[in-house]
Amino acid sequence: MLNAPLAHSIRWVLCLVSACALTAWAQTAPTARVYVSNEKDNQIVVFDAQGQNPERIAVCPRPRDMKFSADGARILVICGDGNQMGWVDLAQKKLVGTMPLGDSPEMFALSPDGKTAYVTVEDDSALIAYDLASKKKLFEVKTGGEPEGVLVTPDGRYAYVTSEVANVVHRIDLQQKKVVQNIKVGNRPRRFSLSADGKELWVSNEMGASVSVIDTGTQQVKATVPFQIAGMRATDITPVALMHSPDGRTVWVSLGRANHVAEVDAASKQVKRTVLVGKRAWGLGFNKIGTQLYVTNGMSDDMTLVDTVQGKAVRSVAAGRVPHTVLVRE
Amino acid sequence: MNLVKSMAAGWVLSCAAQVMAATPAPAKAASTLQVAVVSVADDERYQPRRVEKRWPGQSTGRLITAARLGLDDAQVELHDAGLSVRLREVVADNEAALAASLQQLQNDKVAYWLLDLPDALMPQALQAAQKAGALAINASSPLDALRAQSCGAVPVLHTYPSQSMLADALAQFLAAKSWKQVLVLQGAKPADALLMQAWQRAGKRYGLKTTETKTFKLSGDPRERDAANPKLLTNERNHEVVAVWDSEGEFSRSLVYATQWPRPVLGSNGLTPLAWHAQWERYGGPQLNRRFVKLAQRPMTGQDWAAWTGIKTLVTAWVAEPKGTPLSLAARLRSGQVQVDGFKGLPLSYRAWDGQLRQPVLLAHADGVVQTAPMEGVLHPTDNLDTLGVDEKESPCKAR
Repeated sequence: MLNAPLAHSIRWVLCLVSACALTAWAQTAPTARVYVSNEKDNQIVVFDAQGQNPERIAVCPRPRDMKFSADGARILVICGDGNQMGWVDLAQKKLVGTMPLGDSPEMFALSPDGKTAYVTVEDDSALIAYDLASKKKLFEVKTGGEPEGVLVTPDGRYAYVTSEVANVVHRIDLQQKKVVQNIKVGNRPRRFSLSADGKELWVSNEMGASVSVIDTGTQQVKATVPFQIAGMRATDITPVALMHSPDGRTVWVSLGRANHVAEVDAASKQVKRTVLVGKRAWGLGFNKIGTQLYVTNGMSDDMTLVDTVQGKAVRSVAAGRVPHTVLVRE
Repeated sequence: MNLVKSMAAGWVLSCAAQVMAATPAPAKAASTLQVAVVSVADDERYQPRRVEKRWPGQSTGRLITAARLGLDDAQVELHDAGLSVRLREVVADNEAALAASLQQLQNDKVAYWLLDLPDALMPQALQAAQKAGALAINASSPLDALRAQSCGAVPVLHTYPSQSMLADALAQFLAAKSWKQVLVLQGAKPADALLMQAWQRAGKRYGLKTTETKTFKLSGDPRERDAANPKLLTNERNHEVVAVWDSEGEFSRSLVYATQWPRPVLGSNGLTPLAWHAQWERYGGPQLNRRFVKLAQRPMTGQDWAAWTGIKTLVTAWVAEPKGTPLSLAARLRSGQVQVDGFKGLPLSYRAWDGQLRQPVLLAHADGVVQTAPMEGVLHPTDNLDTLGVDEKESPCKAR
């Protein structure tokens, strides 16, 4: 009985916190939009910030990676089966243009000025640069097998590309147009996230159940973050997407077949917590203040909204067949 | 007289060279691992008329192309380590010439052999490898007896799944579905008996019930119709599925949709357990299949996958230990610590006791993959992949 008043007051505090969160949501709700590409429905599903009121935009075959255009008015989307890049006008909510790409393009990055797209093309085992204005191929750099993740440095000078087959990260000089270094990381490297100061490049290792952290000064792996989930073996943990939180303090990682996302402390490289989401969690997206994480689940065809403050899944919503990438606009 | 038809020059890939050109060349001269891909010219599996049948689970082309693709995929890793691999295709004229061809490899100090041989020739080739001190990889035979003889530290690896692994995968599928009443049809050939043996073991492990076992015969003779007519063979009333074990493939292909009752057919046709499938959709499967088709002009089979994985295995082990010998690399691989990515979603490793590659098995029909084994919920104390095939305690091998 002695504990009762204490418990009571704690409950009050929790209520207050959630009330604040609700107000914050209500304020951002009218303009916020969440865009999810569907690999098998050939469309982009558009939600509001709560993951409600979905609308659908038909695009090219097998849309995968997406980025906002420099002016923010459009989404650029890669279509893996259409071998195309598509432009989706966000005001008109429709596909307004396309350009041809190499065979089976997967992911891409934009140059800092937004004029050039660097696309990883699986079947050609190459990083191919395209001029977006003229829709012309500029040059290509051969990579190891199945290139996937690509990240262009903020100065636009280098690109990092993962090769899933060669288990390396290629560092490509975009002026010399060649691989200048291969950095050996874990097994089946997939995607990147760069810290805001540009000093740490985080790489997910799908078959290594880990993330490698590359020091961009030395171009060496300086830390490895292994993941563990109670009751699962390492082989069931397959990290794919990863993203620094807007405040830069943590990195969230989707753990694929483990059906969880993990929050890693950016400084200590320790896993702080894991949150259960849907089946084969891949794509990640934050709201601007980093309180809300959107996770696409490729095998349960849904998207889970995670409250990053509480570390809890709020809800999961249907998101079309094989949701791939998620983008958030506020 | 040299009975070895070897390629004039080894296969050295150049297309990947551009990737590495920019990276600083290693200081020491590149050292080269010589790998032979061994087959025989009169192998019945590769008779043109048989190849065009594409019987489920059977090889449809020599494995040299898959080995080349494996090497292609490993180029960046090899270059970064300052190493290279040279493939030599060895096609012995016939069974009698095989021994001489293998002797020639020993004389030429080619100590890594990828074997693409019919079941009957595999034992003698593995023995020759041991005599020559070579590391041999069986990429084509599912015979359990070969695994039972690959105990201890011998430098023998099996990348193709054993028949008991394939049978266990199918039995797990039936147990998970609760389709447990099985009518079994088997052929009369010795090879059919081996398939049957693995199936009986698997059925017992996963609690399947055999309602009846019948031996089929390919025949148009009305006096033999009890053994030849699909409807008469399947008129037993209590079964839920028909398992057919047919090492040739002709009878089982004719059985699907020809049964007395509406019951699924599985085993050698219908739903089959496979090492690989041309329509495997996950974990990089489409990319690998596309690369293979581009090179081979035919769909990738389980045997092709096993050869591709064999080359990847050698490269992975060799890069980890560039001064390794066939014996030391085999020991490293059989320690279970080396992981190979086989594009089946899990890191693969070798069993210490018999050198078998642990791997998921695909359960598929002609058009696509239905499930993979181990099935969800089938558990093992150390590695769920060891629920497929002969586990350490059941193996006659005592490795550790």
